[in-house]
Amino acid sequence: MARTSVNKATARSFWLFTGPFLIGLIVFVYVPIGWSAWLSLFEARSTVTPTTFVGLDNYVQMLTDEAFVDSLVTFTVFAAIVTPVTWAFSLTLALMVNRLRFMRAFFRSVFFLPTACSFVAASLIWKMSVFSGVRFGLANTVLGWFGIDNIAWLASPDPPWYWLVIVTVRLWLQSGFYMILFLAALQNIPPSLYEAAAIDGAERGWQTFRYITLPQLRATSTAVILLLLIAAYQAFDEFFNLLAKTTWGRPPLVELYFTALGENQDYGRGSAGALILTVLICVVTLLQGKFLGFGRGEEEK
Amino acid sequence: MTTVTGPAARRRSVLADTGLYLAVGVCALLFLVPFYLIVRNALSTDAEITGENWQFFPTDIQWGNIGELFSDPTVPFARSLLNSAVVGVLHTIGTLLVSSLAGYGLARIPHRHANKVFFLVLGTLMVPAAVTFVPSFVLVSSLGWVSSLRGLIIPGLFSGFTCFLFRQFFLGFPKELEEAARVDGLGHWGAYWRIVVPNSLNFFAAMATITFISGWNSFLWPLVIGQDQEAWTVQVALSSYMTNQTVNFHLIFMATAISLLPLVFVFLFLQRWLVQGVAQTGIKG
Repeated sequence: MARTSVNKATARSFWLFTGPFLIGLIVFVYVPIGWSAWLSLFEARSTVTPTTFVGLDNYVQMLTDEAFVDSLVTFTVFAAIVTPVTWAFSLTLALMVNRLRFMRAFFRSVFFLPTACSFVAASLIWKMSVFSGVRFGLANTVLGWFGIDNIAWLASPDPPWYWLVIVTVRLWLQSGFYMILFLAALQNIPPSLYEAAAIDGAERGWQTFRYITLPQLRATSTAVILLLLIAAYQAFDEFFNLLAKTTWGRPPLVELYFTALGENQDYGRGSAGALILTVLICVVTLLQGKFLGFGRGEEEK
Repeated sequence: MTTVTGPAARRRSVLADTGLYLAVGVCALLFLVPFYLIVRNALSTDAEITGENWQFFPTDIQWGNIGELFSDPTVPFARSLLNSAVVGVLHTIGTLLVSSLAGYGLARIPHRHANKVFFLVLGTLMVPAAVTFVPSFVLVSSLGWVSSLRGLIIPGLFSGFTCFLFRQFFLGFPKELEEAARVDGLGHWGAYWRIVVPNSLNFFAAMATITFISGWNSFLWPLVIGQDQEAWTVQVALSSYMTNQTVNFHLIFMATAISLLPLVFVFLFLQRWLVQGVAQTGIKG
């Protein structure tokens, strides 16, 4: 008798603690996903209570829509560039900062500073000042000192200079974040490993980096790559702001934004696109987990 | 390998050090350029910004740009600052409250459905919130929450990731402390507020810092919800400057500078927690 009342009290506490979050999660995450799965099967323009059932038509339309497929290609190119570049650059920063004997905290702060900046503010600086296509943009001013003509960084897809702008915004904004992760990991490598390597005659520099540092950073590297990929999938802010009036360089979220919230307000196709994207992300995450052993590492902890 | 510390070796290490500091210094300068541009442009006149030759810094510092920005009728910048502050603070308090409670419940209160609840939380980790903006908008618009503070704040409170981080943290919280509280006759609720929370303030501060920054900086959801100017946040206001017909460089950069002020504050006074929060979210993520 006493035991059941204790159990009941425990159960009450459990729901007291988890209930508010759980209800919110269901109402604001699971219900919308379910609702949009339902919407995706209807012709739903400017309405969220549609009546015309169209089956998988929205999916077929999205997957054969050149703009949507292009956006997936844009994303793939983007992720393929930004992931390795940011990985390598933030690792380099961490290696350099880790070797500093004085002013280490200062440099760490400088590289970390942009992390707090928003993508909107960064895009604004890049578009209006650094890579402004006009003469008084910083990049064009510097090029001008060497007698090079103005470059229309964002206003023309050919040559695709806009990629340089897009990638450098993200590199500037994110590298410090991943540098912090790498720095923490570097400081966890036992010094005895380096001493042992020195005794075995390994050269300092490349050899110790290749055979000790890099393998010891494996777990962090994997986590960083996964985080970078997930972040790349969600890229919206800088594309939207830097390339607002262009038809090129649109990643999936920007494309969906214009499909669902543009003139047509096509919630049916927008929902179908969102679900296609969701499935893609899940597949990539699972594949990457399998490929790089991310999930395994988590279980071992 | 060289254990000899002759003059040659020392010279080599001085050379390597100089090279290292040179490389780090150049990178640091490049990283600071955007901040320099904000300050320079915010305090210049348009004529100076668009002038023939690059002017390193305005000769005549234009403090008047601040007043001009706030009296500019095309963009309600003051209102957007207020919205962002309200949203940022309530978003942080709300997120921390619901997800820390749930994280504690999942970590410490045994229940036969605990696993199912945890799977619901984990399920959302697979799907980035940004991807579900279309379905979320559909829901929020049918609730009539478009262009309202409710619409800006409430849907974003339920972060599976934050809940997950709190659960992981509470799993590592010393059990003995809670047991002592239980012996003193406190239930889970009392032990949580009197013992667990006061002893976890560092973690809460780190999470609060990160949550506030991401709330302040978020753009996609406020853009979707802020259909009326009255409901714009700072980021949406900044974005609108970029698509406006008339471009007032000095005002745009002054707005950017002001939008960064809370973050400068975080950096100067809360950096310790920020770094901790980043390490926490990154490693667990």
